[in-house]
Amino acid sequence: MSTNEPARPAAADYEKALVRSDQRVAEFEEDAPTPLMRLQRMLHSQPTLIPGIVLLLGVLMFSVIVGERFLDPFNLSLIVQQVTIIGILGVAQTIVVLTAGIDLSVGAIMVLTSVVMGKLAVGGGVPAPLAVSAGLIVGMVCGWINGVLVTYVRLPPFIVTLGTWSVFFALNLWYSESETIRAQDIETEAPLLQFFGTAVDLGQARLTFGSIFMLLLCLLFGYMLNRTAWGRHVFAVGDDPDSARLAGIRTERTLLSVYSLAGLVCGLAGWALIGRIGSVSPQAGQTGNLDSITAVVIGGTSLFGGRGAILGTLIGALIVGVFRNGLALSGVNVLWQEFTVGILIIVAVAIDQWLRKATS
Amino acid sequence: MSVVPVLQARGLVKRWGRVTAMDHADFDLMPGEILAVIGDNGAGKSTLIKALTGAVLPDHGEIRLDGKVVNFASPQEARAAGIETVYQNLALSPALSIADNMFLGREIRRKGPLGDWLRMLDKAEMQRIARQKLSELGLMTIQNIGQLVETLSGGQRQGVAIARAAAFGSRVIIMDEPTAALGVKESRRVLDLINDVRRKGLPIVLISHNMPHVFEVADRIHIHRLGRRHCVVDPKAISMSDAVAIMTGAAEPPAAAAA
Repeated sequence: MSTNEPARPAAADYEKALVRSDQRVAEFEEDAPTPLMRLQRMLHSQPTLIPGIVLLLGVLMFSVIVGERFLDPFNLSLIVQQVTIIGILGVAQTIVVLTAGIDLSVGAIMVLTSVVMGKLAVGGGVPAPLAVSAGLIVGMVCGWINGVLVTYVRLPPFIVTLGTWSVFFALNLWYSESETIRAQDIETEAPLLQFFGTAVDLGQARLTFGSIFMLLLCLLFGYMLNRTAWGRHVFAVGDDPDSARLAGIRTERTLLSVYSLAGLVCGLAGWALIGRIGSVSPQAGQTGNLDSITAVVIGGTSLFGGRGAILGTLIGALIVGVFRNGLALSGVNVLWQEFTVGILIIVAVAIDQWLRKATS
Repeated sequence: MSVVPVLQARGLVKRWGRVTAMDHADFDLMPGEILAVIGDNGAGKSTLIKALTGAVLPDHGEIRLDGKVVNFASPQEARAAGIETVYQNLALSPALSIADNMFLGREIRRKGPLGDWLRMLDKAEMQRIARQKLSELGLMTIQNIGQLVETLSGGQRQGVAIARAAAFGSRVIIMDEPTAALGVKESRRVLDLINDVRRKGLPIVLISHNMPHVFEVADRIHIHRLGRRHCVVDPKAISMSDAVAIMTGAAEPPAAAAA
């Protein structure tokens, strides 16, 4: 019945008028876009463009206002050191936010892992490499727990990580017995833990291994997100999970891998945190949760998922660093730093909303 | 009939609690044909299609592909067996490019260590194939295969989804309401696309509410009613209003066609 085309009714009568209309139907071009639409579209396809411009403007602004002291290579490299921890946590936060989730527990995981590393290596008698590995595994397990609750128990990420934030932080206080491990003790017993604090001088600039590691980590995750199937799946799951599932992506596995990886990266942040502050303190890194979200949002990653980039988060973290540093050097009261960061967040989300409207 | 149906189902049953979505439903798709599936809302069309594509596991009954019994536990398995579905929501990711979307879930990796160890995608190759597949269906007025799907119109998106199914479907293509969301002109283009796909020799299952479209392209019409195949009719031998009457239970099917 198949080979010869059977006689069939011609196109329905009501469609006859179509002959007179434009016959080019499925052409992939549209009406001449207005300049505003074109701008919207360009910004939309280049999510890191705006953060990049803001960072540039910030640097320009403070080099005019503050001058030499701001542009001093040592000061600029200090900014990079100051954003190292937030940058690393931001990588974890970015991959979670790309799936339209959020991870409020990143800071707590970071502190917990640093405490595990410190307690095991100092006084625990565990060789430093093993202690570090144990810390990283703890981080990954924490992330995995988040992932299981989000993926298989189907709880909202906000609630899950709000809960695990408290749980992980309480575990951290319990395990550390609320005691700080002194920098000298770490230095003598397990110097590996402070590895990321090692600094290299490049002229006047001073970079720590932690800062370099943050940059490498951004490169790695940038590669994974853009050049591997896993990365494409992360975007697709965040964009529209139902479509992703129908298109053949194992969305549960993708989500679980994202949360587990985020936990592992938080573990790395815990290690870097020891390098940054020298000691291990159960009270350190309290602002990590919200600061990482700030960096992600200012970096142009959409809280609604599916849009964004690691590079944006790095820039977002640097923007915050530049504004804090610049305002501090300008001699402005510290409260105006908070004020400015708040404004930046709101503007960033407003721009994201505008861009999303452009293409829906 | 000596021809073996490409896709066949016998006695499919699916219950959700007290609701019986499929009540011993049968189904036959012949090689090279366009089979339309019509039925009133709630008749169980979707469940039937989901069972055929592995999205729903029937409680009873058997499905045969090329005469061999198959048990699809997931849409991936059905797809691996050569059954591609164009879903009503298209299952496209708006924030990804046309090429990314066509290869979503079956990306091609680079040859050699870059692909094996670093798992690097072969973007150039995927774009080449995507462009070729779109050209085959006459859709290659797209200037940029890297264009994001969200910048495309409804008909263009439908085109991408159909091209994806046609590119990877080796046995059967199932289309769920492909013209429902489209304007008159874009519908016409999609109907042409459906005929293009058929000319490649692939049988198509077309689920649609649009009677003119069904009667224009279908070789046979499967009328689904109350969870089962009510009858199969020949669109050349029956009027649209009769088909609608049978579908809604207002008329009995012609004696020869009763299933």
